[in-house]
Order: sequence, then C-alpha cells, then structure tokens
Amino acid sequence: MAELIKATNLKKYFETPRGTLHAVDDISFSIDRGKTMGVVGESGCGKSTLGRTMIHLLESSGGTIHFEGEDVTRVNSGKLRKLRENMQIIFQDPYSSLNPRMTVEQTIMEPLTISGRFNKRDRIQETARIMDMVGIDRRLRLSYPHELDGGRRQRVGIGRALALNPKFIVCDEPVSALDVSIQAQILNLLQDLQSSNELTYMFVTHDLSVVRHISDDICVMYLGHLVETCSSKELFRNPLHPYTKALLSAVPSANIHKQQQRVILEGEITSPINPKPGCRFASRCKFVKEDCHQAQKLVEIAPGHSVSCCRVKEINNL
Amino acid sequence: MSENDTMLSVRDLSVEYTSEGKVISAVNGVSFDLKRGRTLGLVGETGAGKTSTAKSIMRILPDISSRITAGEIYLEGKEILCLSEKEMRRIRGRKVSMIFQDPMTALNPIIKVGEQIREVIIQHNSISKKESVARAKEMLELVGISGDRYHEYPHQFSGGMKQRVVIAIALSCNPELLLADEPTTALDVTIQAQVMETIKKLKEELNTSMLLITHDLGVVASACDDVAVIYGGEIIEMGSKEVVFDNPLHPYTQGLFEALPEMEEDAERLKPIGGMPPDPSNLPKGCFFGPRCPHPGENCSTERKQLVEIEPGHFCRCGRALKMENSNG
Amino acid sequence: MDDVLEMGRSMNKNETAETWKRQSQLGIVAKRIAKNPTALIGFIFLVLLVLMAVFAPYIAPYDYTEQNLMNTRSAPSLENPFGTDELGRDVMSRVIYGSRYSLSIGILSVLLGTSIGMFFGAIAGYFGGTVDNIIMRFIDILQSIPGTLLAITVSVVLGPGYFNSMLALSIGAIPMSVRLLRASILGIRGEEYLEAATSINARTHRIILRHIIPNTFAPILVSGTMMIGHVILSAAMLSFIGLGIQPPMPEWGSMIAGGRNLIRSCPHIVTFPGIFIMIAVLSINLFGDGLRDALDPKLKK
Repeated sequence: MAELIKATNLKKYFETPRGTLHAVDDISFSIDRGKTMGVVGESGCGKSTLGRTMIHLLESSGGTIHFEGEDVTRVNSGKLRKLRENMQIIFQDPYSSLNPRMTVEQTIMEPLTISGRFNKRDRIQETARIMDMVGIDRRLRLSYPHELDGGRRQRVGIGRALALNPKFIVCDEPVSALDVSIQAQILNLLQDLQSSNELTYMFVTHDLSVVRHISDDICVMYLGHLVETCSSKELFRNPLHPYTKALLSAVPSANIHKQQQRVILEGEITSPINPKPGCRFASRCKFVKEDCHQAQKLVEIAPGHSVSCCRVKEINNL
Repeated sequence: MSENDTMLSVRDLSVEYTSEGKVISAVNGVSFDLKRGRTLGLVGETGAGKTSTAKSIMRILPDISSRITAGEIYLEGKEILCLSEKEMRRIRGRKVSMIFQDPMTALNPIIKVGEQIREVIIQHNSISKKESVARAKEMLELVGISGDRYHEYPHQFSGGMKQRVVIAIALSCNPELLLADEPTTALDVTIQAQVMETIKKLKEELNTSMLLITHDLGVVASACDDVAVIYGGEIIEMGSKEVVFDNPLHPYTQGLFEALPEMEEDAERLKPIGGMPPDPSNLPKGCFFGPRCPHPGENCSTERKQLVEIEPGHFCRCGRALKMENSNG
Repeated sequence: MDDVLEMGRSMNKNETAETWKRQSQLGIVAKRIAKNPTALIGFIFLVLLVLMAVFAPYIAPYDYTEQNLMNTRSAPSLENPFGTDELGRDVMSRVIYGSRYSLSIGILSVLLGTSIGMFFGAIAGYFGGTVDNIIMRFIDILQSIPGTLLAITVSVVLGPGYFNSMLALSIGAIPMSVRLLRASILGIRGEEYLEAATSINARTHRIILRHIIPNTFAPILVSGTMMIGHVILSAAMLSFIGLGIQPPMPEWGSMIAGGRNLIRSCPHIVTFPGIFIMIAVLSINLFGDGLRDALDPKLKK
C-alpha cells in the first residue's frame, strides 16, 4: 500500500471573540510513502494549522485522518503517544523551537527518555548517532542553543524530530528563517534523510522556489481552502487556478532575462472569520462572476490535477 | 557623467559595535556611489552589515553601543557625518527617508495613520492644517489606500497596507534618496509584488534615488539598476545588475546563485556554500570569504584583497577573478 | 543591528571546534556580577552575614543569654564592643546570634511563599481559563489587604514565635510570585519548543518542570531576592510590636523593641541591631539589582 497518510474533509475551526475562524476548511488529500507533499500559501491561509492538525498537535474539528490505513482521527491517549512517535514536526523558527535552557544533547535525548525504551547508556549512544546523522559536531553536545547559529539550531530540531525514527514528518517552514547559503545545506540534509530513513514529508512553506525544489506533489491553499493540487512539475508548468497563477508570477526571479509579466493582485486577503460560502479568492480575482459566490468543488481537470474554481475551463481555454 | 549626478557617495565607511567588552566590526570600509534616479541593491546575508550601512547614512546608529570609526558620506556632494544633529534633522525625512523592515513596529499604534503622515509633512513644510491633511490623504491615495481611511488606526490595517503607510510616510516630503531596508521581507509574495510595484512607480514619478537593502536576489533582479554584494561588512562585488547577474566573478556571489533553488529549472541537489558567515568580532585574516572559498589561492588567507575594476563598471574583491578574466580576455 | 550583535555573541563560541569554549549560564551570570561593583559589594556583605550566622557560636564572645547584672547598660568598650543591654547581655553577641533568626526568617519565608506562589502561578499560567480566573481573583483579594496588616493578623491568629512569624510573613510573598510566574508563562506560551515538547509526548508535569519553569525562573529569582530584604524588615516590625520572635531570642527587631525605652540614655542598644538590619537589607537589594542586570543584560545596555 503506497498511501501513508490521508486526510478526508479535514476541518479545523477556532472560536475567536469575533466569530469562528475557518483555518482549515474541508481539505482532502493523501501522501504516498516516501514522497513529499508541498503545501504552499500565504500567511494566514491555514497551512501551518493543517500540518499541526495532521499530527494531532491540534485536534481536528471535522473530517478524518487515516494513517497506514487506520482511522486515527479520534484516538485515546495511549494510542496517541504511539502515534506521535511516528509523526513528528520540524518547526519554522530555530530560535523559538529549542528550549534555551537545555543543551543540544538534552534536547535530542528528551524524546528517547520519554519513550522509556532506552536505558541510560543506549540513550547516550543513540543521541551521538543522531547528532552524526544530522551533521552536528559531537563536541557541541553540551552547548546551549544561544551558542549556535541558525543552521545548527535547525539541525538540532531535526535531530529531535528524527530521534524515534518516525515515518511521517511535517516540516513547517523549516528553512524560511535561514540565509540562502545555509538554507541549501538544510534542504540537502532533509533530502538525504528522506532517502536514508524512508521518510514521508509534508512540507509547509510560502517559498515557491523551495517547494518546487523539494516536493513531488503540491497543494495550494488560500484562506483555509485547497484551491489547486497536482504534481510539482505540472503546477509550475501549467498553473490553472487564478490564484496560483498570480502567486507564481509574483515570485521575483533571480534570472534577469526571464522577468515575466506580473499579475498584480488588487485588494487584500479577506478575513477567514465567518467566511461567506463560495470562492474565498473571489474578492481579489479579476475573473469573478456570479457563480463564484456559490460553494466551489475541487474538480479533477486533468489526470492528477484538481482545481477548485468553477471558471477554470473558461479561463484556461480548456 | 558630472559630479552633481551623484546623489549619495559613501567612502570607506567603517562601523563598530561594542558588546560586553567585545568589538564587533559590522562595516569594514564600504564605498559606493548612487546616481540620481537609480536604484542600488545592497545584497547580503544576516549580519553582513547592510542595515548598519543604511543607519550610518541616516545617522541613527545607537550612540551607546556603536561608532562610525572611519569614512565619509556625501549627500549631493556635501559631507554629512560632520553635520550637527540639528542640521541632520533637517535632512532626515526631507532629503533622505528610510523604510524599515517591520511595518508592525514602525507605526505608532495609538496615533491615526493619517496623523502619522501629516506629522512628517508639517515638520518639514510650513503649511496650514487643512493643506497638510489634504497632502496626507493624497499620499495615502498614492500608495493605493483610500483617503477615507485617514482616521483609522494601524491595527485596522493588514501587514501589506501598513507597509504601504510606512512608504507613504517615507515619501511624504518627496525625499531625493530613499533607503529601503528589506521593505518586503515581512510580507507575502503577492503583497510583496504590490508593494514593490508601488515603490517602483513612485520612484519613477518623483525621480527618487533608492538604496534597496535585501537578501533576496529575486527582488534585486526585478527592482534594481545596480548591485553591490556585501559580505563580512565589505563590498565584494559591485556593478550594474546585468554584469553581476550574467557574470558573477566573486566565488561568494557565484555560490549565492548556485545555492538558490530555481523556479525554472529542476536541480536534483542544491549546492550550498560550505561553512558559515564570518564572526564580525573575529574576522579572518586575509579574504573574509577565504575559509569558505571553494578555490582558495595561496595568499588568500594572508593578504587583504582590494576592490578592483575587472571590466568597465564591474568591481570585484578577488585576485583570482582578476586573473581568470585576464586569461579569458 | 541586533542581528550583528547576536551574531557576535553566538558566533565566537562556535566558529571552529578548536577555539571553541563552553561557558555555563551560571558562569556567565557570575562573571557579569563580578564586573558590577555595587552588586559585588552586596554579594560580599551578604556572604559575610551568612557566615556570621552559621558560625555564630564561634564568633560571638559571649552566649546570647549570658547576663551580667553587674555590668548593665554599659557603653561600647573593649570587652563589650557594642556595649551591654539592660540585663547586662553583650549586644555584639546578641547581634551575631540575631543574624541567624533575621536572615533565616527572611530566606525561609520567601522560599516558602515563593514555592507556593510558583505552584499556583504555574497552574494559572499553563491551564488558563477558569482555573486561572479563580486563582487570580483569590490573589487579588490577598493583595487588597495591606501586607503589614495581613502579617499582623495572621500572627495574632497563630500566636507569636519563630515558626508562626515565618508562616505569617510567607503569605506576603505569595501574590507577587504568582503574578510574576503567570505573566512570564503567558509570555513564552507561544514558543515552539513547548509545542515540540507536546509532540514528543512530554506529559504536563514534565513540560511545566523542564520547559516552563527554567525559562521563567529569572524574574522570580530577582524578585525573591529583593523580597528577602523586605521580609527581614517586616519580621523586625513584628518582633518590635511583640508579635514576632519572643525574648530572650535575639532577633534584631525584638532587640530594638527591648531597647526602645532606653533610646535616649543608651542609644547603642538599638543602634547596632538597626545598623545590621540596614546592612542586611541594603546588601540584599544591591545584590538583587545586580542579579537582575546579570540575568537580563539588555535591560542596562
């Protein structure tokens, strides 16, 4: 069975003083074993919430999650502990994701200690092995996070996530706080670990060039909705949803000879609190029509390429 | 080109910080010229000295912890480092404005956005209240925000709109020089595109010169005329956008381009630059990039390199680049 | 600029493994205090006072109860450097022994009060919601009663004595530590390392003890230190009005109370304990100030 994790009609709502915030609204997708699913979108689109809901850091408000074929949407605390050993997360900010009062060794060792499966000697050995694996010099064992640079801190975070040999990892913007030269080191490390440890990634980011580089498939999110999903190659060659098109064209390219025509969006992102039914991109979309204010469905336009837009065929002359 | 074409000229600028008894050399002899109406992109990674350079030009470095140790800054041919604080205040906002990275902290949360723009206008112009309000509304319209929102507070605006208000403030007195410190880094790409478009349009309308500080080569490619790459507090490569992007000569610049995941091409693996940026409190002898350089020469670890004009208008601080260029040509 | 400074701080320790040196956090704090002259003076005096309390029997020339009715109310002399009191007891010996009670009552009450406060503060800050509301309203009530009045009331109810005074005074230390810990927990609540701890299956008590308390401890440590000085004063006050430590125990406050009728004729009986109260409180406050700067260097620079 190739499918490792599958979300069906997943929802996550938050109650706020101003109303219900629809952070993740009716999203379905699945990720195959050993593959990387990129989730892109702008801040506030719910991509980080989706990642956290998938691994039960947040309790879902509706829909189901299947992991290795088993329904894990609602699990008891014993099951949850077991599940979490298989699903881990790498955080965005290497400054806030490490406890400033714990050394590198303590941080990486903590999951081993909690699991209760190792005695003290094994724990120390295992920690050293993980440090080698993620490329932290063993001499840095006793240093504190504030003594390390961003790249090394991120390596510690990766080490902690990989300590118990998980199968599925949510990478929540793991390189967006790093400089370009260091970012490349971490991306390469993540790819190496994926092949050596047979990991499945859900890679959440706003950076389209990074997501193109690392993902097999991509989901594009806009205000809690999944607007387009297909393989990475297909998405960059042939984006169909008007939002995806605008998003791709907005990325400034470092190639000065290929400066494409920008689609400059008008208006601002609307609020995800108590949203109206219909396409949430409608307020900024230049193709907006009456139908767009009806609920939209994710429709497979081409094999493996689904778009949630009622006018997709007209717009793209399909 | 004549002297008065040059808007800003920085010569051998050096800035030091002191922290817990340690001396941190943030900027080490930076020199560049910015011509009227042009945009110079200052590219570099965290801690390379980009922001310190801009703050030196504005003369807003914190007095307690930092010091300009050497160099001169000429604004339209006039030295500004020796000016009194009073004279400087007349220049800030009117001749030179700065846009900071974080729009969330650059606005005062308890003052109406319109008032914040008006405040800058009346500081530099003696006009009536009515005129200044009208002018502030005009500025809001200019950056694409309805003038009716004059009476709203910053928290009622989204991040992109706040940044546009910041731009409106910076441009409200028609400055001749705009220092933009990572103006879009905190914003989403679609909003970034809107804001960059606004800046570009206004720059053309008002014929402003701009120093655009960024770490994003894509932003440079789309918005700048010239590029200066800064590393370890010194400029290591400089030239027009075309020469630097088409023919990067310094190994660090080359490394930056190679480490960047490309939108257009499929690369199986990225080529990171090994090692780490230099420690500004303990800079290496010789070339600052030496310890990370993929092709170090014999005297790279001992000899300080000079910025040399390798081809017309293309400067590079690497002896190897010079030799290669000679052997090629 | 901040990132330049940040780089300077973090980089020099890790550029190469060869030149790499580790500094423990305690070491850094100690170094910063050593560089701050006022804090260092406070610390030295504090250490001297503690040594005096610990080794009182060896330092004091006489026992604190030893009366010499032939030599009462005598002015300072070579034999009795601080003079004698109305019962002919050596004031210096009593001051030295008194440091045991004054310091220990200060330290222990603060320790007790702060521990209780931290427990409730952690619960309020971590769980929030109704629990938080209940705890905080209770603290509001506690804080609306003047501290001195509260200590007096509790002492009256419990009766005088060393242990009861300590209990009475510790109550005063609770609200501040609850508030401080709760506020700092709210401050770090969004930090990703807490989420990370949940994701690796850490249980609530582990998260609070290993991840929250160590990162919120600094302000408590500082305020606790400062509070010791305050409690020593309150203890002296309680003894002075007869509710605290009872004679013949030589607590500084009760010594002042005992000598107050003789303040015109024999001022030395009240002066010396007074000076020691002042030294103790002042050195604790100086040290506390230095500790705050050392723990948070940004505050000063």
